[in-house]
Amino acid sequence: MATDSRVVADETTAGTAKGPGVGGFAASRHYRTFVKYRFIAGFLAFPLALYGVFVISPFFQTFYYSLTDWTGYSSDFAFIGLDNFGRLLEDGLFWKALGHNLVLLVCLPLLALGLGLFFAFMLNVGGRHARGEAAAGVRGSHIYKIVYFFPQVLSVAIIAVLWGNIYNPQGGLLNGVLNAVGLSSLEQNWLGDPGLALSCVLAVMVWANVGFYVVLFSAAMGSIPRDIYEAVLLDGASRMTTFFRITLPLIRDTVQTGWVYAGIMALETCFAYVHIMTVNQGGPNYSTLVLPVYLYNKAFRDGQAGYATAVGVALLLVTMLFAVVAMGLGRRRDRIEF
Amino acid sequence: MSTAQPAEMSGTTPAGVPAASRASAGRSPGSRSEGRTLGVFSQGFLVLWACMAAGPLLWAAMSSLKTDGQILESPWSLPTSLNWENWVRAWNGAHIGEYTLNSLVVVIPSVLGTMLLGSMTAYVLARFEFPGNRFIYYLFVGGMTFPVIMAIVPLFFVMKNLSLLSTPHGLILAYIAYSLPFTTFFMTAFFRTLPGAIAEAAMIDGASHARVFFQVMLPMAKPGLVSIGIFNFLGQWNQYLLPIALNTEDPDKALLTQGLATLAVSQGYKGDWSGLFAGLTIATLPVLVVYTVFQRQVQAGLTSGALK
Repeated sequence: MATDSRVVADETTAGTAKGPGVGGFAASRHYRTFVKYRFIAGFLAFPLALYGVFVISPFFQTFYYSLTDWTGYSSDFAFIGLDNFGRLLEDGLFWKALGHNLVLLVCLPLLALGLGLFFAFMLNVGGRHARGEAAAGVRGSHIYKIVYFFPQVLSVAIIAVLWGNIYNPQGGLLNGVLNAVGLSSLEQNWLGDPGLALSCVLAVMVWANVGFYVVLFSAAMGSIPRDIYEAVLLDGASRMTTFFRITLPLIRDTVQTGWVYAGIMALETCFAYVHIMTVNQGGPNYSTLVLPVYLYNKAFRDGQAGYATAVGVALLLVTMLFAVVAMGLGRRRDRIEF
Repeated sequence: MSTAQPAEMSGTTPAGVPAASRASAGRSPGSRSEGRTLGVFSQGFLVLWACMAAGPLLWAAMSSLKTDGQILESPWSLPTSLNWENWVRAWNGAHIGEYTLNSLVVVIPSVLGTMLLGSMTAYVLARFEFPGNRFIYYLFVGGMTFPVIMAIVPLFFVMKNLSLLSTPHGLILAYIAYSLPFTTFFMTAFFRTLPGAIAEAAMIDGASHARVFFQVMLPMAKPGLVSIGIFNFLGQWNQYLLPIALNTEDPDKALLTQGLATLAVSQGYKGDWSGLFAGLTIATLPVLVVYTVFQRQVQAGLTSGALK
């Protein structure tokens, strides 16, 4: 035994003496594994630490703090069990905010995806059958796509400030246009009217996102083979039939992904629009309050950090429910390969 | 009568000819006129939406050159004189220049950091087998789905305890951390598609793992890096929630998005509408110019997430 190990040791020292890479430990399989793991650890250590500290740990802390009466101002707090959630159930503003989120959750995907599909179809298949092609895009579809995408590259802050001024009853564009075309009876105090404010926010979100879906669906429609359209045209299908029976089923996966995007936007990205654009961040009279803004105000304005995290847990629940529904509804039994 | 034996009638009697032509060849002129109405119709809608997409931006640019009086009097009309001093006032007086600089100081390092750390993580996850690989992958992928706003309260206190609040490096770290999930997810898929033969050849020639990554794999992943880089740049440049929660102590250090939102309130009180529109236009113009030049890459980059 002892002699054996000495022989091995002699061999390794002899190997390293001859120089690296020739034999011995440096060339052994163990060494290669060691180098591989050293590399893996070296590459993963910093990203994982960063992700753990700034993303994973706050995520789990949210659940913990939601069970406390923490104000956020001092470091002492008491553990109060599920009291925060009991309070949520009786909080009229919470339900109001949730209701507004649900309105956005239904309307935003419907309008943004609907318009996106319509314009994408017009751009890709809506053109006249010139040049002997079965499915031609309209002229200048390239330019349209560039222009439609404009709002998408701007920050939500810019869009919200801009639209806040368009809705402004004093010198705003919207009332100005209505006045100019002789419809001054339709002039409104857009964001100041509790009955209109949420629709105004929704309209801006639709405006900002249609371009994204036009480009997304255009790309998907572009990958549908032309001969399918030719065959359908020979069979005498109208454009409506072509759209509902051919195009839509073939880009269904993309539409589903787009729907999830729009839904998450309605639940979370609405924050910046409401926070910047509306009266008193959620007003007038809480008519545009949404859950993210409610959470933010509770935490950073009212000194109720514990309660705010409970709102956060509720928001996560709604998001997960939506994701499950969206995935479940969109599940198809058969896959179409083309 | 003609409906009873249409085939026979159409061939023999002249009365049957129009009926037959309507039946058999009728589709082509019908669909052509349908095509024409639809064409006009669709062009009409497309033009209308183009006006709606670009109109507000043109209006802001136009208003930025008017006087406040003109804006309030006739929001719809062209400026009678070009008041460039609005732009100067917005850039200097309203600190748009400073805010832009603050944003650049945060976003440039954070985009570079995101790309580097994201592709390092993705490369290891895509091309090495080790225990825990799947776990780490799903840890990152899971991070894509959960709302940032949900973590904002604990994140604020994590940053506070590390004295990172209201500092550029604190924001950079937070931006990178929240951009990692999607970047890792996207780049993992990308690295999986790259052929392994070149990397193996480099290994046989004695290159280290790190060298293979930086000198062989990273250059090969350039198309993916461009897409995800644009995606991250626009996402971080336009970020609003993280700065207004984590960067509030010193108004002079505000990022562009924060600054614009504050400006909207303060210029509103002052009634300095032209200054506000000038600020908006200054913030909008460079982004739109860069986008128009690189529009193909930008469109691909921003939709890459949904198409993968």
